[in-house]
Order: sequence, then structure tokens, then C-alpha cells
Amino acid sequence: MAIKLTIDNQPVSVADGATVLEAAQATGIKIPTLCHLDGVSSPGSCRVCLVEIEGARTLQPSCVTAASEGMVVKTTSKTARQARKLSVELMLANHPWDCNACVRNGECDLQKLAQDMGIAEVRFPYVKPATPIDQSTDALVRDMDKCVLCRRCIGVCQDVQGVGTLAPRNRGFDTIVGSGAGDNLCDAICVQCGQCSAVCPVGAIYEKDSIEDVWGALDDPSKHVVVQTAPAIRAALGECFGLEPGTCVTGKMVTALRRLGFAKVFDTNFTADLTIIEEGHEFLTRLKKALADGDASVKLPMFTSCSPGWINYMEYFYPNLIPNISTCKSPQQMFGALAKTYYAEKQGIDPKDVVVVSIMPCTAKKFECERDEMNASGFQDVDYVLTTRELGRMIKQAGIDFLSLSDGEQDSPMGMSTGAADIFANTGGVMEAAIRTVYEVVTGRELPMDRLHVAPVQGLQGLKEAELTFQNCLDDWKFLEGVTAKVAVAHGLANARKVCEMVASGEADYHFVEVMCCPGGCIGGGGQPRLTSNDVRNARIKAIYAEDEGRPMRKSHENPAITQLYKDFLGQPLGHKSHELLHTGYAAKQPAATS
Amino acid sequence: MSNPTTEAGCGNALFAELGEFIEGQSKGRDALIPILHKAQDLFGFLPVDVQEFVAAKMGLPVGEVYGVVTFYHYFTMQPRGRHTVNVCLGTACYVRGAQKVVEALTEELGVKMGETTPDRRFSLTTQRCFGACGLAPVIMVNDDVHGRVTPKKVAAILARYE
Repeated sequence: MAIKLTIDNQPVSVADGATVLEAAQATGIKIPTLCHLDGVSSPGSCRVCLVEIEGARTLQPSCVTAASEGMVVKTTSKTARQARKLSVELMLANHPWDCNACVRNGECDLQKLAQDMGIAEVRFPYVKPATPIDQSTDALVRDMDKCVLCRRCIGVCQDVQGVGTLAPRNRGFDTIVGSGAGDNLCDAICVQCGQCSAVCPVGAIYEKDSIEDVWGALDDPSKHVVVQTAPAIRAALGECFGLEPGTCVTGKMVTALRRLGFAKVFDTNFTADLTIIEEGHEFLTRLKKALADGDASVKLPMFTSCSPGWINYMEYFYPNLIPNISTCKSPQQMFGALAKTYYAEKQGIDPKDVVVVSIMPCTAKKFECERDEMNASGFQDVDYVLTTRELGRMIKQAGIDFLSLSDGEQDSPMGMSTGAADIFANTGGVMEAAIRTVYEVVTGRELPMDRLHVAPVQGLQGLKEAELTFQNCLDDWKFLEGVTAKVAVAHGLANARKVCEMVASGEADYHFVEVMCCPGGCIGGGGQPRLTSNDVRNARIKAIYAEDEGRPMRKSHENPAITQLYKDFLGQPLGHKSHELLHTGYAAKQPAATS
Repeated sequence: MSNPTTEAGCGNALFAELGEFIEGQSKGRDALIPILHKAQDLFGFLPVDVQEFVAAKMGLPVGEVYGVVTFYHYFTMQPRGRHTVNVCLGTACYVRGAQKVVEALTEELGVKMGETTPDRRFSLTTQRCFGACGLAPVIMVNDDVHGRVTPKKVAAILARYE
């Protein structure tokens, strides 16, 4: 049923249940907001979206006020304007004024609001009890002095991720956003996904900055610094320079990295292809054991293992399901392990002088590279991780005019990849890439699907399922003849929890499950440019599929650099060397300081 | 999550009783406040391991439990003393010099409002109006009401409680 109301003298018609804010947006009227996070939470706490409603005793927050029939709303009246401005002024009285030295300078929602509202003088002095900055984890920094208590971070942490690390504590003036029951994030159960940092409107939660470390390595002539870029970076980095979400900037990104001084510009896509080979064979081995050998100890479904936030989640919440996780390291870590063995050997460089830098859409990757398990090369396999946002800042620091750069190409051999690797960036992508290869390995034929896409696992639905029946299998895989493999894809940990519960209870009979920690997958990662709405997620995903479809090779097993890698170095998939360098295991854990 | 029930000692029985109480409550976060009341009745205060126990039993993040405990003044994370000294800071007591009584008490006990003496003999708290305004200023020690208190009388009142 449609509701008719008037906003600023304009007639508006909206569906029943819409808020005044949504009604205004539908008419093209912009009401400022701060605490409201589309589709996630609307605590109605910031009072920045106050409007005047005829007949109402007080001003109403438009983000939580339902539109009703005949309502007359004024968004620009003097009363409404003044009240909104006062809300922002009061927030500023509780917010430090060192904007020039803030990580969010120039891209801060509070700064923007103050500017838009024309706040030209400081009427209220700064008063706030100081809270020490929390630098206790490898991934995230929390500076509660800058927090405006909008609670967006709590919304994503509790509802979208279902982790619940962050919660408000204390009362009144002393209220802060706390983590667990302690003072530091490292003492709480936190998967370090960084979704909080991706939605924070100010500089209160942000990624731990590794830019200076990377400059240090680049400035050291004794070091050979190589860089890998995750599949999701190319579809988002442009946003740091004002490009529309969904603009693919692969070539400019490569040129920028070369200009920054990296000796080799490689690609995590290379090891994404490798992951498909290793993980695909691991999956087929598990199927063989379960179906042909009748081995009851083999665990199905197999879960993907690329997402370090997801791994953290399993270690904390579902340790009993750890045997279901693929033993494959993430593409980032496979890359690091190979860069300091295979690549160093090939180039005749002492691996101690090789520095591996990753550009990741992810804050949990900063944690992952510091894990004890990730030293297969004899050194820390990946030295530094920069988020997409940090790379954007680093390019600016270097004075590079990103938009005017010409397109470059990744170096070989570890820069070569296929379209199957591109789609690791988004939810459903790892599954699709795996199916492209597994189907062909088993049947000797190309996956019979439109443009090689597994449509049921695409898109932003939280939990997706698909089935794939093997027919006319090659001799080695006859045990799979007529078998229907059931797969599922989940993104966002609240959705992952549903799958875990179904698997734990025996309700689900999946064979293979892809989980990405962040909503939308890595393209919506905690280290991506802000703000990632569903429209932005869809735009980035579209760009990634376009990149995939534009490739001459779109199946991981077709990557000649991977074939060469097995021939020259690894031997065979799941072989001895793979086991040493590319696979690992995990165990239940409790929160503990990581640094 | 750490499981305090595995800790040895008399705590075990209290945790068992609390666990039983939680089982009897409705599922979901609505039951959190009554459960915290029960926990504080049992333990005298709400240390983090008790909060972790409640969170684990209820399937809630510990941060949410901690948030509620730190929001309401009734809940305390400090162990309580054997005796609770409650100073009325209602209007009548206030105008008749309750603030001076507070100063005398904090000096005598060497702790601030809301704290407990290191020997756990006294906890010092305030409230608004005990409904004994005719006796203002009033303090309560446990369930005993003491009226017309002056700073000079404080030491003698406290001496009655070991």
C-alpha cells in the first residue's frame, strides 16, 4: 500500500513502512545523517537527521520515523536547521580538533557535516575524558577520543558479522564503545575483519598503518621488495582517487606500484589460480575417500580457507569444524611462501633480502601474515600488508597523479593469472573458479554453463546453494559418475554461522562450502575505500566479472605459469613440497595479545 | 570462552546455582538483567569471570553483558564489604549537610564513593532518599537507619560494625 505525504511542499508517495528519510531520498531531498547505516542499523542516536513534522510535539529523527498518510514534513525550516546544527556542534565539543593530523582528514563524515552546516565558530569548548589509544592488535587501531558514539561499528559487528566484539559500555558522559570485557581489542574475541573500520564515520577505528614500514623497505637498497595485489583491489582502488565504484584500474595500479619502487609487481591472482589447483585436488581427494574408499574419517563439507577473518571465526566459535576447513593457505600466504623460495631461487636472490608486500582489501590479512604458521620459507612469508586505503594514501604521499598514469602489466612469472583468479574477489567467486576446474578435471569437458558462470552462487543473497552432477566422467573419476555435488556459498559471518549450525547439526549435506568473512566477499572487505553500500558492492562485482570475461584464459588449470611452477618446483598438486609450503592447519583459540 | 566453573573452591556451588537459575529463565537477552541481579545476590559483586559465565550460558557476547553491568549503578564489579554504608543525598539530607557527612566518611574510611575498604569491612555508596527525611541527614549501615548524622558522629557509628 502506498502512503502519500508532503516533504518541503513536494508530494511524495512511498511504500508502507518506509521512513521519512527514505521518503525524502526517493524525492531527491537530502537529509544529513550520521548514525544511520543503510540496511545495517539506525539507532537514531545522533540527531543529525532531525526534521519538523506538523503536529508533532518535538523534532523527529527522520531515519527512524515512519512515514504516514498525510504527514507534512519540513526539512529546511529554521527550527530543523538549527537543531541539526546544534547536534553537530555538541558532537564537536566531544571531538578532538586535530583534524589536520587525522587519518580521516578530508574524508571524515563529521568534518563534512560541520562544513555543510556552516559551523564557523566553536561555541562549546572541548571536554572529554581521555581514553588511551588501543593499538593492541596487528590489524586495527581504536581511538575512542574521536568516537562520536554513532554505533555503526556495533551494528556491523553484532548484526552483520554476528561476532559481537564491540558494545557500548559505561553511562552518560563516560560512554565509550568497548571491546569484550577488557580494555584492549586483543583481549576480546575479535576476528579482525575490520568492518568496523570500514563504516566508522570518523577516525575512531582504522587499520594499523604499515606505510612507513613499506617505505622503509623500499628505501633500503639491500632489499628486493616485491608486491602482490589481491583480486579485489583493482575494482576499488580508483575510488581513492574519485573514480566511480566499479571502475577497474588494474593497469594504473600496476604502473603506480612500479613508480613507488617495487622491484617486481606481481599478483595474488597467480596464487589464487594455484589455490584452485591445490584446493580442487584436496576436494576431489576428500570426495574419493568418502565416496569410493568409504573412509568415515574424512570431513565433508570442505570449507574454503582464503579468508583470515573466517579462519579466526572458526578458531573461536566452531573449533569442532576445523577439520572441515581446507588445509590450503590463503593465496596471500601461498604467494609469500613461494616468493621467498621458488622466486628467490629462480632469481638467485638470498630469500633473507626479499621483502613481500601485500595489497589487500582486508585488515585481517595484517593479522594473518603475522601468524606463527606463516613462516614456511624459513622467514616470515609476507612481511607487510597494506589495505587498499593505505595504498591510496601511499600513492598520494609519493605525489603520483594516479588518474593520468598509463596502463602497466604485471611481471612474470608470479603476475600471470586467469579470469578464475579475478573472481576470488567476490562472494561465489572461489566456488565458481573451483567448479570451472573441478568439472573439467573430472569429465575432461568444459563446464557447460553460460559464459562459465555458476549463476546460482552469484549475487548478494546471504546464503546461496547450487548442485552439480558429474556425468561421463574420465576413468580416474568413475566413482563420481552420476554423483550430485552440493555446494553452498555464504558471505558475512552471520550467514556463515547459519551454515556452521546446519553442518554441526547434520541438517546440511553440502560437499563444498565457500565462506568469505565480509559482506559481498573481499570486494566489500574491511580495508576497502569507504563507504561500501550494496550498490558499491554490486558495482565492484560487475567490474570483476567484466575483468574475468575479458581474459583469454578463464580457468585456473590453463595458467601456463602455474603449470611451469609444478614442473620446475612443486612437482604435483598436494605433493611433498606443496604440503610444506602451501598447506597448514588451525586449532581452537582464546583471545590473547598478538603484539 | 573461559569456563569459571572449572575453578576449584566454593565458587563452584555458586556458579552451579547461577547456572540453574539461568536455565529457568526465558531464552533471549530479555532475561539478562534479572540474571545479573541473581548473580550479584550470589557473589556480592560481578567480576568479569561471572559475566563471562553469564554470557556463555545465555549465548550473548561478553561485551554486551559488560555494557549492561557498567551502565546500571546498581551493579558493581568491586567486591562488597561486610557492611554497606549508604549515604542519602536526597534533597532534604543534602540541604541539611549530607555532603559534609560524605566528606567525613570518605576521610574516615580512606576510600571514595562506590569503593570498598581494603580490609573489606565497609563499602561506601550513596542513594536518593530513604523516606526518612524527618531525620535528615540520614545514613544507612546495612539495614540500620542512623538519623541526624553529623561529621563528628561518623566514627562512633562506624565503630559499631566489625
